[in-house]
Amino acid sequence: MIWQIELIVLLIVLICGIGAIMVKDLLGAAILFGAYSFMMCLLWAIMGAVDVAFTEASVGAGVSTVLFVAAVFRTSRRTKD
Amino acid sequence: MNELISIVLSKLNYWVYIALMMVGLYAMIAKNNLVKKIIGMNILQTAVILFFISIGAKTNATIPIIMHGHAGESHAVHAADFINPLPHVLMLTAIVVAVSTLGVALALVIKLYQQYQTLEEDEILEQLGDE
Amino acid sequence: MKILKIVTVLLFGGLLIYFTLDFPPWGDPQAPASMHVSPRYIERTIEETSVPNIVTAVLADYRGYDTMFETIVIFTAGIASILLLRVLKRTKSERQMYRHVPTGLTLRIEKGFGPPPGSKDFERIDLMWVPYDLIVKTGSRLIVPFSQIFALYVIAHGHHSPGGGFQGGVILGASIILFAISNNLRSSFTLISEKLAVLLCGLGVILYAGTGALCMFFGSNFLDYGALSHILGVDPVTARSHGILMVEIGVGICVMAVMVLLYYNLASAGRHDEGL
Repeated sequence: MIWQIELIVLLIVLICGIGAIMVKDLLGAAILFGAYSFMMCLLWAIMGAVDVAFTEASVGAGVSTVLFVAAVFRTSRRTKD
Repeated sequence: MNELISIVLSKLNYWVYIALMMVGLYAMIAKNNLVKKIIGMNILQTAVILFFISIGAKTNATIPIIMHGHAGESHAVHAADFINPLPHVLMLTAIVVAVSTLGVALALVIKLYQQYQTLEEDEILEQLGDE
Repeated sequence: MKILKIVTVLLFGGLLIYFTLDFPPWGDPQAPASMHVSPRYIERTIEETSVPNIVTAVLADYRGYDTMFETIVIFTAGIASILLLRVLKRTKSERQMYRHVPTGLTLRIEKGFGPPPGSKDFERIDLMWVPYDLIVKTGSRLIVPFSQIFALYVIAHGHHSPGGGFQGGVILGASIILFAISNNLRSSFTLISEKLAVLLCGLGVILYAGTGALCMFFGSNFLDYGALSHILGVDPVTARSHGILMVEIGVGICVMAVMVLLYYNLASAGRHDEGL
């Protein structure tokens, strides 16, 4: 595919991944993880893996983010680190 | 110098995927919070899946669904026109295993919070050391 | 201590980068990964199984044993979340909130007390209750049935388009989770109770393994769908296509039930009374 699109999506993936482990709010980390997962799905669709992209869109950006938010709801939201 | 640049440019894709894997591995090892560790585990898993999918890519090839296939026509199918489907199959199983592990890990985190009232690893180790 | 961890990560990364110097160029059609088994799958899947989607054919037919164990893994995750979190002793929580329906008054009742039994004016609400929101309720009421139809479409068209059993099962589970989030968690128990979800989990795995065992009754190997042509009455190639469909339905049912079970147990921390 056009390599410029692939480069931009790859950069967003890297920034979301580093951001998800650096923020101090666990709810923000869960949402950033959902965004990271969705950008991964785009990257795989660019590379032609449509079945894998479909699965990651429904599992990662859907159910996985909801499970994280449910777990953060039942435990604490702030973290010191 | 020129050949060094050409080596770097041809392998730059793989190096970015390895950098993503190392981000996930660093989060698993060095962070104190348990939920951050689980996020790092998932980042590592999806980065490995990305690495595998990139191995199966082919230039000028199309997605692995054969058009006009079910009507029983038998025009020849060349393997070089289609992207390699075998890594896709293996990575579908890997995504399923990742979400299963995520579910069980989050259940363990909730149980730990109910027992120790905190999610930081060093505070849990202190409470364990007192007993 | 932190220095040691950073050094470990950098060392590992450097080692992996050194290994990639041996790799073939990106996108090479002559790479070793594309040379041995996968050309056979690509070229022979139409004449052997008549399924155009090569990934579904390889996943459910050529590597069907692997997919059966993947279904068992996700079944185990659902059961493990029940075994870890489920609290069966019905101890009342510290305080409960009740709402008097005719006047709209909300009460917070401490431990040991309760509303007068048999009166229909009090309804139990969550600790984090918000008033009736038109947009959320209407939106979810519109989205849930259409997403369920879409999920059934994805399962049934796994042969011709990207999709299959697993994707459709997750979307079905997500529609029930959407209903549980927009309404109460307790009102979602009337749709899919816990007993029904556990039964559906097991039913999915039995459907998969049962299809494989059915093939053994006719003298072939386990999970060799060509033997199903004896009971379906078609030629072996079409029988393999139908076998793939049956197996995908089994996977979809199991995955839906496990997603619902995981959400129930995580959002209510095992008590099944209040949720997100």
